Amino acid sequence: MNLFRRKIPLAPLEYTRRTSMRIWVGLVLFFLYAPLVTLVAFSFNDSRRNIVWRGFTTKYYEKALNNESLMTALGNSITIAAIATVVSVVLGALAAVMLWRFRFPFKAAWEGALALPIVVPEICMGVAMLAFFAKLDLPQDLAWPLNLGQITIAHITFCFPFVTMVVRSRLSSFNREEEEAAKDLGATEWQALRDVLLPHMKPGLIAGALLAFTLSLDDFVITFFTSGPNTITFPVKVYSMVRFSVTPEVNAASAMVIALTVILTSLALKLQSRMGALAQGH
Amino acid sequence: MSDASPIISIRNVTKRFKGAPSPAVDDVSLDIMPGEFFVLLGPSGCGKTTLLRMIAGFEIPTEGQILIDGQDMALVPPNKRPVNMVFQSYAVFPHMTVAQNVGYGLKIARMPSDEIDTRVREALELVKLDGLAGRRPDQLSGGQRQRVALARSLIMRPKVLLLDEPLSALDAKLRAQMQFELADLQDEVGITFITVTHDQDEALSMAGRIAVMNKGDIAQLATPSDLYEFPANRFVADFVGSVNIFEGTLTLDEPDRAAVDCPGLGKVYLNHGVTGAHGSQVWIALRPEKLYLHVPGEGKAVREAARDAPEGHNFARGTIKGMSYLGDITLYEIRLESGAMIRVSRPNLSRRDQEDFTWDDRVSMHWRADSPVVLLS
Repeated sequence: MNLFRRKIPLAPLEYTRRTSMRIWVGLVLFFLYAPLVTLVAFSFNDSRRNIVWRGFTTKYYEKALNNESLMTALGNSITIAAIATVVSVVLGALAAVMLWRFRFPFKAAWEGALALPIVVPEICMGVAMLAFFAKLDLPQDLAWPLNLGQITIAHITFCFPFVTMVVRSRLSSFNREEEEAAKDLGATEWQALRDVLLPHMKPGLIAGALLAFTLSLDDFVITFFTSGPNTITFPVKVYSMVRFSVTPEVNAASAMVIALTVILTSLALKLQSRMGALAQGH
Repeated sequence: MSDASPIISIRNVTKRFKGAPSPAVDDVSLDIMPGEFFVLLGPSGCGKTTLLRMIAGFEIPTEGQILIDGQDMALVPPNKRPVNMVFQSYAVFPHMTVAQNVGYGLKIARMPSDEIDTRVREALELVKLDGLAGRRPDQLSGGQRQRVALARSLIMRPKVLLLDEPLSALDAKLRAQMQFELADLQDEVGITFITVTHDQDEALSMAGRIAVMNKGDIAQLATPSDLYEFPANRFVADFVGSVNIFEGTLTLDEPDRAAVDCPGLGKVYLNHGVTGAHGSQVWIALRPEKLYLHVPGEGKAVREAARDAPEGHNFARGTIKGMSYLGDITLYEIRLESGAMIRVSRPNLSRRDQEDFTWDDRVSMHWRADSPVVLLS
């Protein structure tokens, strides 16, 4: 026991050494991840009901993977998300460049109109989409990916404004002199865009794409209003399964989607750093 | 290319920006000769950068004509002009290596890559960046980034190199070094340099000729020493260097002598006539370093002044109200008997020179008859 050991005083920014701060961080992490951890843990629960732990099993993964309608729904979701992401990134990036670069009448109104899908409650968007597609009366019995058209269009409408926001904020840090320098060295408008502006936008494009993909993948409300009996997506399917009972099968399916998102995200990050390294290596 | 024809000819160029009350550049005409180191000097907002950007093609003149090597540039976009620019922010492409940055223009021009490599190596050697070809801009210092921007422009072998505030982002030591390097570089490559700056030291040390701009207009076009020693008006006298200006009345104006009566300063005698005087109201400009301070008594000042001016001219008395010791010189703020303030600088020729005078000392001063400049506007 050393009563005379000097206590090192807290520096103003040493938050991690404060007990109160440690407790706070612990609570935040607990509420953030406890539900997810429980969900994944109980997907291995050998019990039909999801309340008591009865032992380890992977049979519900098997069951989920063999559940044809669930797998179809997952396939639909990923297809929709992929198409919606590509289209949203292109549209969103173009809109962002337009708003950043040009001056035109009613620009503020255009900006507001673009942000509207972000602020309008999803339920309203869903109802609006439902009424819109009913009025449009598109053919319903098209072959597989075409029958997902309605949902995909609906997803693009709420995804691309997010891409625009992300890309726009990235653009605001662009030094216009770089573009002028490219032109000064002989580049045409298009070459300057390709060689200077696009590389600057890239992190925004990747972030926007990830955002669009996850938004589309887990959207329930709008999808619910625009999907037909043959175009069930994963969240809608899970919802209908939960209405009967919360089985570990649902947990297993959800755990797989979590894994999928984590893998995709890390893949995108890896790709980005590889492209960075590639550019460095001449 | 004969030296007699200007490489850049600016003819009555005016630039008005939408919504601005006065033109940014107002009817400017200017000829710049091949191989010149030309500087556009002026305070911010004087139109110097706009003029430079019009030469580069990033702004279109509202009126007037810009000719580069005899060719009208009106319809030529920036990427087709035989000039290159070093931007104020350097605008080095952050996602490209030094070599890719420097080679960018040649790549756009579809030069074979082995030739690009050779030219890039030469250009990097020229700006003393050899060995850094593989670095990325964020691994470079500000000075190195500027060299990249320089090399990137010089590799294009332009007829004219435009530099927008090239040294403003560098610290004082580096700036002083780069001033010399830029001048040396210009000698070496023989390209016409046009530099924009608000820093008079920079302008004086590098330029062959300087155009001082004020409110869209050229206030004076001259060599550095002419600009400093023979300013054309109060704006130039005040903007270039430090100066004391006193209002006065011209009392005598003959070919070989002139006298001005300044209520603030006293009687000023000049050993040359005033050209172009059309009224009696004039201003006297006296640089701080052209005044000699004398320890207490006034006899010596009067005697010294009398050597090249009639008695009662070219000396003044006052009290030291402020001083700042700058190492090489000491600056004094002196209140004259008229109540006007005057600044005097004094070289510290020996280690204890700054102890000669202190606050509230009564001093007298004189100046030589060729030191004051008479300004008509």
